[in-house]
Amino acid sequence: MNTRLFLAKLIDVLLPVLAMVIALLVGVLLLLLLGTDPFEAYSALIQGALGNVSGITQTLTKATPLLLVGLGICIAFRGGVINIGGEGQIVVGALAATAFGVGFGNLPALILLPLTLISGATAGLIWGGIPGLLKARLGVNEILTTVMMNQIALRLMNFLLRGPMLDPEHVAAGTSIPQSAALPESIWLTRLVPRTLFHSGAILAVLLALAVYFLLWRTTIGYRIRAVGLNPHASRYAGIPVPKYVTLSLALSGMLCGLAGAVEVLGVHHRMLEGLSGGYGFSGIVAALFGKLHPLGAIPASALFGALLVGADKMQRAVQVPSALAIALQGLVVLFVVSSDLYVRRRTRRRVGEDGSDGPPAAEGERREESEEERDPAQLARGEGGTIQAG
Amino acid sequence: MIDELFTISTLIGILHSCVRLATPYLFASLGETFGQRSGVLNLGVDGIMLMGAFFGFYVVFEGHNLWVGVLAAIAIGVMMGLLKAFVSVTMQSLQGISGIGLYLFGLGLSSLLFKTLIGSVEGVSGFRQLPIPLLADIPGIGHILFNHNALVYLAYLMVPASWFVINRTTLGLKIRAVGHNPEAADTLGVSVNGVRYTTLMIGGALAAVAGASLSIGLQNVFQENMTNGLGFIAVALVYFGSWRTVGVLGGALLFSLVNALQLWVQALDIPVPSEVAVMMPYIMTIVVLAFTARQIQRPAALARSYERGE
Repeated sequence: MNTRLFLAKLIDVLLPVLAMVIALLVGVLLLLLLGTDPFEAYSALIQGALGNVSGITQTLTKATPLLLVGLGICIAFRGGVINIGGEGQIVVGALAATAFGVGFGNLPALILLPLTLISGATAGLIWGGIPGLLKARLGVNEILTTVMMNQIALRLMNFLLRGPMLDPEHVAAGTSIPQSAALPESIWLTRLVPRTLFHSGAILAVLLALAVYFLLWRTTIGYRIRAVGLNPHASRYAGIPVPKYVTLSLALSGMLCGLAGAVEVLGVHHRMLEGLSGGYGFSGIVAALFGKLHPLGAIPASALFGALLVGADKMQRAVQVPSALAIALQGLVVLFVVSSDLYVRRRTRRRVGEDGSDGPPAAEGERREESEEERDPAQLARGEGGTIQAG
Repeated sequence: MIDELFTISTLIGILHSCVRLATPYLFASLGETFGQRSGVLNLGVDGIMLMGAFFGFYVVFEGHNLWVGVLAAIAIGVMMGLLKAFVSVTMQSLQGISGIGLYLFGLGLSSLLFKTLIGSVEGVSGFRQLPIPLLADIPGIGHILFNHNALVYLAYLMVPASWFVINRTTLGLKIRAVGHNPEAADTLGVSVNGVRYTTLMIGGALAAVAGASLSIGLQNVFQENMTNGLGFIAVALVYFGSWRTVGVLGGALLFSLVNALQLWVQALDIPVPSEVAVMMPYIMTIVVLAFTARQIQRPAALARSYERGE
């Protein structure tokens, strides 16, 4: 039994890797059809992402926002809600952090830096909390509201960067690049490797991954978030205020995405500019799924997809294969990973059946908790409307 | 300058643009309606649109007939629909997330193909204005309603056509049954998976035509990510319209009206903070969704995978 359990777990971990391999093979096929040499392309990709210090630091720099967004996605999906609003939450987080950091630029760095991060996180919290509240109280589909909130955030950014937040120096110089003034240098995040973009935000992201793991599996709040995600009906019956935890998961998810925006501003760009979100809102979902919706799994997953994004850019420059290949590959990875869930679900059901007939399940509390950890939130994408009642 | 916005000719121009710009919303949302009425949420519409936009454009760019371009778009749309159906119906994956996968796949692949096969932004001569004889001569109304290209008319014809298929045919009955109670439909001998494959292929075809209506009908150019999230709005419009074709028409016209106003405000150089104005339809959609969320005409099995019992 234990060997089988171990094997099953091993397969669970290997399934995303297998999905990646299949996606890469489909990529080979695509490249062959387009008349390019896939081996040249892939070796340029790997070489670009991991071949030298510059590539590795760029990979880790890209991985930082991916990890933060991925952690947010873990919380949301575990809580049974789908957050597609990462892009918008990153944007409002970055906007709020910039506005605060520039506006209160004369505060001492020791106070200004945490407050700047907090304003970014708070903006994301609100941007994710609104869809959460609407779902919890009125049963509004959060997929649609988060998509709408993305569009609103982008419009808000266009407006602010062309008007109220436009860099005064640019206005004076007569150029009209839509970007904000720079943040005071004292609060720029420390560069971990000199003369690269790799900054201390990466450390913050890894620490937060541990914190999210602790939150989800070692606290009552986390237990309830996961319980609501697995079965809102049973949770309500058990006395958990379901609407509160639905709102909380989306708000926390938004908070981490908002923080990702703030960290991008403080660590990489040092000001707000268009295109800052860079598709991280979607790539973060891919990374989270690849890490099996586990905060610690999200760490290697975000590094992998950071490498894919960086490598694809390098590949485009070195051998003229468009970097869009990386986006298509991400799509394929998602499709394969979600498809492979069928296998996991079927096996889980078999195992539950065996447990019922074989022995006393109550005696194996620890293992049961473990297996619960492995299961995907059954209610994901099914918690449509009427399933959750207020109060 | 504000006065210019309210002259008769400007008003006619705005309404003309509104009718015209509703085209991609209509195709995509009506297609999505089919899928959702059968219980499948396809969030990958934007990706399918981009693929349709590219293939429609590419075929025309290579010198073929415009309708061949539309057929190419339909073919790729059906294939994307099949992919979505395989993942969501056969593999019973979580529908919201697999839609994101399909979106990223379509976004990435269309950009990859565009850069490899065409390389730079080129124009083609797309569908031409096709004034309907007599009707187009009616002052005002004629220009607003009857002076468009063939794809625009086709989009509006799809509204009654979709209504008819969903509400007055056997297939439509099966679609509604499968979307409402797949177990019961299965008991009565309806192939739940078969119906869902069909609606997703129809939806894919229409989404791809929506994309082609941009690249060879309205803008006559292909650019990376040219839909700019239009496909996601199309999904929301189905909820907005309470899964009814007429409701979808209303939602599409609302969004296109705001787009049209924005275009004209820019063209006339009127100093309105248009970035704020363009937020309105999104905010309005959220408000409408909030008020209609508890309605019961939602397909009861929406976004639920179906697996036959033993």
